[in-house]
Amino acid sequence: MKIVMAIIKPFKLDEVRDALTKIGVQGLTVSEVKGYGRQKGHTEIYRGAEYAVSFLPKIKLEIACATDQVDKVIETISAAAKTGQIGDGKIFVYGLDQVVRIRTGETDAAAI
Amino acid sequence: MFLKKFSGAGLVALAAAILLGIALSVPTFHSSYAQAPAATEPAPAAAPLAAAPPACDAKTLEKCTPNSGDTAWMLTSMAIVLMMTIPGLALFYGGMVRKKNVGDTVMTSFAITCLISILWLFFTYSLAFRAGTPFIGGLDRAFMQNILSDISTGIGNPNSLAPTIPETVYSMFQLTFAIITAALIAGSFAERMKFSAMLWFIGLWAIFVYSPIAHWVWGPDGIFNSSNPDAWVKVLDFAGGTVVHVNSGTAGLMAALMLGKRKEKGPPHNVVLTMIGASLLWVGWFGFNAGSAVSAGMQAGMAMAVTHIATATAGFTWMLVEWMLRGKPTVLGICSGAVAGLVAITPASGFVGPMGAFCIGVAAGVICYWGCTGLKHMFGYDDALDAFGVHAVGGASGALLTGVFAVSEYGGTAGLIEGNYQQVLNQAIGVGTVFIYDVIVTLIILKVVDLIIGLRVSEDVEREGLDLALHGETVQ
Repeated sequence: MKIVMAIIKPFKLDEVRDALTKIGVQGLTVSEVKGYGRQKGHTEIYRGAEYAVSFLPKIKLEIACATDQVDKVIETISAAAKTGQIGDGKIFVYGLDQVVRIRTGETDAAAI
Repeated sequence: MFLKKFSGAGLVALAAAILLGIALSVPTFHSSYAQAPAATEPAPAAAPLAAAPPACDAKTLEKCTPNSGDTAWMLTSMAIVLMMTIPGLALFYGGMVRKKNVGDTVMTSFAITCLISILWLFFTYSLAFRAGTPFIGGLDRAFMQNILSDISTGIGNPNSLAPTIPETVYSMFQLTFAIITAALIAGSFAERMKFSAMLWFIGLWAIFVYSPIAHWVWGPDGIFNSSNPDAWVKVLDFAGGTVVHVNSGTAGLMAALMLGKRKEKGPPHNVVLTMIGASLLWVGWFGFNAGSAVSAGMQAGMAMAVTHIATATAGFTWMLVEWMLRGKPTVLGICSGAVAGLVAITPASGFVGPMGAFCIGVAAGVICYWGCTGLKHMFGYDDALDAFGVHAVGGASGALLTGVFAVSEYGGTAGLIEGNYQQVLNQAIGVGTVFIYDVIVTLIILKVVDLIIGLRVSEDVEREGLDLALHGETVQ
């Protein structure tokens, strides 16, 4: 089992969610996060005074899935979240040891 | 150090002293109520069916009935001018600070409203608006004694400044001006001043700066009052370009200089709050300017029209200037421009016509944009929310342009466009005198408060945010 963690542009969330639902992903967790990458930040101007905003708002998705599904999930997120512009985000994958569904007590693959 | 730590206790002591003062003045209250009817009482023989007292006007100021239309408009004006400060100005400023200071910022407006109202009752109204000397009024209305002649017979107690409305209404209307003038200063010292020091500063400033300056320009025997035949210089200031805006903006600049720069600056946390605040200011300003006619007639109507024209023009102008120079039109920009227009048309509103207002609006949009950007950066002071850049710069521009665009048909005084060069000079003398007096006295007050309790919060408090450190509250 793996966790696929993706950082995407906030306005792409709905498209990514729809695409993931279509390939059978049954749940995901979303957080509003801030950070920077190659896009760096931007400047905001208020009454002529410039303020550097170095952390940009992004959306973080976390999806738990079976190992054999990982490639498909990555492919789907990449396709749906891509604009071709700098700042589209990144996808990270890491291992997942254990899963428990609290209501039923099911574990691992059955709980995903 | 003792005093610095116990500035809160100092406030309590002041409150106690004030209450003691009230207790001692109780005989005054009694005598005032006992005397008032005696002084103006219609003979007891005047049975209820007898002819009603005559209407009050400029010639009849005793035993007369106030004009109900004028009184209704002035009651309304008072309420909407109060709305300019709370919540209008509180939100306008609150949106521009960082989130950790928004509670302190809105509470500053609210606390100033309460403080100035109490001082007004005690003596600042009397000092500003009653006859006394050309420089400061008398104390015959201290504690508002004798302010009402006889309520049961419908006889008001109008004064020569407001001949057709009860003096209670006039006093409360003028109170709302004193409140917003003091509250405007807060834009300069936002995000770094001690709350206790702020209260001391504002209270002393209201007594030693606002009261005399309001008396000079609006007091019946004031040195600059254009309707006082004995005035030294006849300065046109319809609704307070000099008294309110040059005055508060200059005091703000002094506070910004004395306090020093903020350790860190951040962008406004919510420009929507600022937009709501600016909109409330715009609406309330009809009470401010049209209400300054102290009647519901032709002059009030023209004041309302020119106020709206100048405001819309200045907001639009600022937006265009910013768009040209910075590439984007902004919410904060158009709101700032509108407020700049309101400020600039304030002294002119009873004296200029619609096209004069349009010109003043364009000038305010351009000049105040420069005041908040070029001028501020040139000198490097940290006028946090641009009280000086908008109010002093806009107020002074408006005051001078009043001398240019005044039309005798509208307000009784000709300006430069009708060939009266002298009026521009008079306006400059008014602005210059207020500026100099304000600078000197405000600096003295700030220095005294700084020595006794300290003006500025510690670096840790500033970093943590005033809300949590000074008020134990946070806004999410």
